[in-house]
Amino acid sequence: MSENALSLKGLTKSFGPAKIIQGVDLDIKAGERHAIIGPNGAGKSTLFNLISGLYTPTSGSVKLRGEEIGGMAPFKINRKGLSRSFQVSNIFANMTVRENVRCGVLYSMGYGYSFLRNIGNLKEVSEKTAEILESVDLIDKANLPAVLLPYADQRTLEIAITIAGGADVILLDEPTAGMSHSETDRAVDLITKATEGKTLVIVEHDMGVVFNLADRISVLVYGEIIATGKPEEVRGDPKVREAYLGDEADGLDEGDAA
Amino acid sequence: MTDITQKYANLAPTTAQKFRQRVLPFLALAVVLAIIPMSGPSGTAYTLLNVMGINIVFALSYNMLLGRGGLLSFGHAVYFGLGGFAAVHAMDAIGSAESGFWANYPIFFLPVIGFAGGALAGAVIGWPSCKRAGTPFAMISLGIAELIAAAGLMFGSIFGGEEGVTGDRMVGHEVFGLSLGPTSEVYWFIAFWTFVGVAGMFAFTRTPLGKLSEATRDNPERVEFIGYNPTRVRYLVFIFAGAFAGLSGGMAAVNYEIFTPEALSLVPSGLVLLMAYIGGIRYFTGPILGAILLTYMQSMLSDFTEAWLLYLGLLFICIVMFAPGGLAGVLYGFTDALRAGKLGEVIGRWAGQAIGSALALFGMIILVEVAVHWSNGFGETFEPYGLHLTFGNPLTWVLIVVPVVAGIVILRRLANTEEGVIA
Repeated sequence: MSENALSLKGLTKSFGPAKIIQGVDLDIKAGERHAIIGPNGAGKSTLFNLISGLYTPTSGSVKLRGEEIGGMAPFKINRKGLSRSFQVSNIFANMTVRENVRCGVLYSMGYGYSFLRNIGNLKEVSEKTAEILESVDLIDKANLPAVLLPYADQRTLEIAITIAGGADVILLDEPTAGMSHSETDRAVDLITKATEGKTLVIVEHDMGVVFNLADRISVLVYGEIIATGKPEEVRGDPKVREAYLGDEADGLDEGDAA
Repeated sequence: MTDITQKYANLAPTTAQKFRQRVLPFLALAVVLAIIPMSGPSGTAYTLLNVMGINIVFALSYNMLLGRGGLLSFGHAVYFGLGGFAAVHAMDAIGSAESGFWANYPIFFLPVIGFAGGALAGAVIGWPSCKRAGTPFAMISLGIAELIAAAGLMFGSIFGGEEGVTGDRMVGHEVFGLSLGPTSEVYWFIAFWTFVGVAGMFAFTRTPLGKLSEATRDNPERVEFIGYNPTRVRYLVFIFAGAFAGLSGGMAAVNYEIFTPEALSLVPSGLVLLMAYIGGIRYFTGPILGAILLTYMQSMLSDFTEAWLLYLGLLFICIVMFAPGGLAGVLYGFTDALRAGKLGEVIGRWAGQAIGSALALFGMIILVEVAVHWSNGFGETFEPYGLHLTFGNPLTWVLIVVPVVAGIVILRRLANTEEGVIA
């Protein structure tokens, strides 16, 4: 496939005098798994916020399958088939796990703002919800209040809500942050399975996850992409090694082992 | 697919659970409403019951905003009032119509006019107000309440000036053989619409929009990333809340046969907030309990003491500080403990809290009553059980200070041991 799912051109974002994103150009092909890495404060989350509509770009363009979406409201971008997760679990804490996923399913099933239907009687919504809960292995915890879930399960629920609407471009912001090794392995399996055939853009600190999962990697430093390429190309890039000093450079090598 | 369906069937509540949780309460409500008249209530009791019905619907409509939508409004009486005025004008139209639509429109269905009026008001006023949530929303609601209340006194042809607009409910076609003359017949009218209002607002919580309203309350940011516009969700919920407030306004129009601009003012807006909060905004049944209690206090307690508003204030402060779940929260906590078989563990603490609160309340009552008698009666004194309690009497201060201090000590000790358990 040669079509670009996501295409950024000359994208910048300033907060007052602070230039956080300083001209990012990036093409992500449909069906690709693309990781964005970079040191803390490089602007990775800001980049996600620009793509998903939380922030309006200062200049430049964001195109989803060739259509300009820069500065569009988040819910409109979501309806066009781009969905994102958050770095801190951003779930509906007072609802049960099942209700959380169901909220994510509703719009895509065409029930928008309906006030004339009993939600419990919407069979296809119930089935889709069960299917997603099944695929992320939360079905046994479906009727627990989301707030009572262990941390790793809350992160999983976050991903479940993100994929629930059936979007084909998925942005995941540090999905394994704060997880143990075994939890991370499970999460990677789950992400691989859940994003099968979809375009995935992922921000991640865990190099093991990045090198396992990604087809291509972009390295973001001080709001600029200094390298993009296959994992092995990026690992050997001297600019990248320079940006990642000390321990983190070792992390690049550890990616081999993982 | 059948596998999934099967799995989902295990997730969803069973038919028995659905019946117990969703159908049974409404059957119980219908039965209660139907058997109340069999106990042969007095005229006063009927009057009180009718006001309770109106306030139940009004308080529930308010909770669509506060409890379910997370929108704090200081001007909900605007929609109650505008719905009520629409209904009372329709009542006059029915009375004077010789033929046509109004001549055939029965008084019994005036709450529908109120509903439409409230919805229209909500749709117009909600458009600018719902652009913002949180504090700006609350401030806008306050501003609009002031605006409409002032307009109520200025536009005499619509709101009737200070005397208001009067109507006559004994006109037009009778429905169900009710002339709506005596309050006992008005009771059936109120009971019917109370049931419709409660059932309608409960059904709303089960719709996609109702669920999204809760989602928007909890996490408006996330709602945007599942394809919903939180502003739109709030706006639609606001229209429904206005509509049900208008429904209760229509009930009030028939019950009182008069509407004055006072009904639009901040006083009823504040009262409905108290009803919902004291009852418990996190529970559907909360505002119902709050409406019943406050209506009772308003009409009965005010016969016993002029200071009933002070007690209402005290009650509100206590609920906010010690029982944020409201009356419903206390009640559900009790039944949960009962069901879990842990009643023995918690009952001691609750008994202690009850005793502590009762002692503190006792002291506060003495203080309030002595003060009110002194200030209102030009030297009159509070004389319960033959005691002569003045501010100069040391016994007065003993009766105030000792119970209040003892009560606070007990409550604090209990609070400390509770923290100790957690730590």
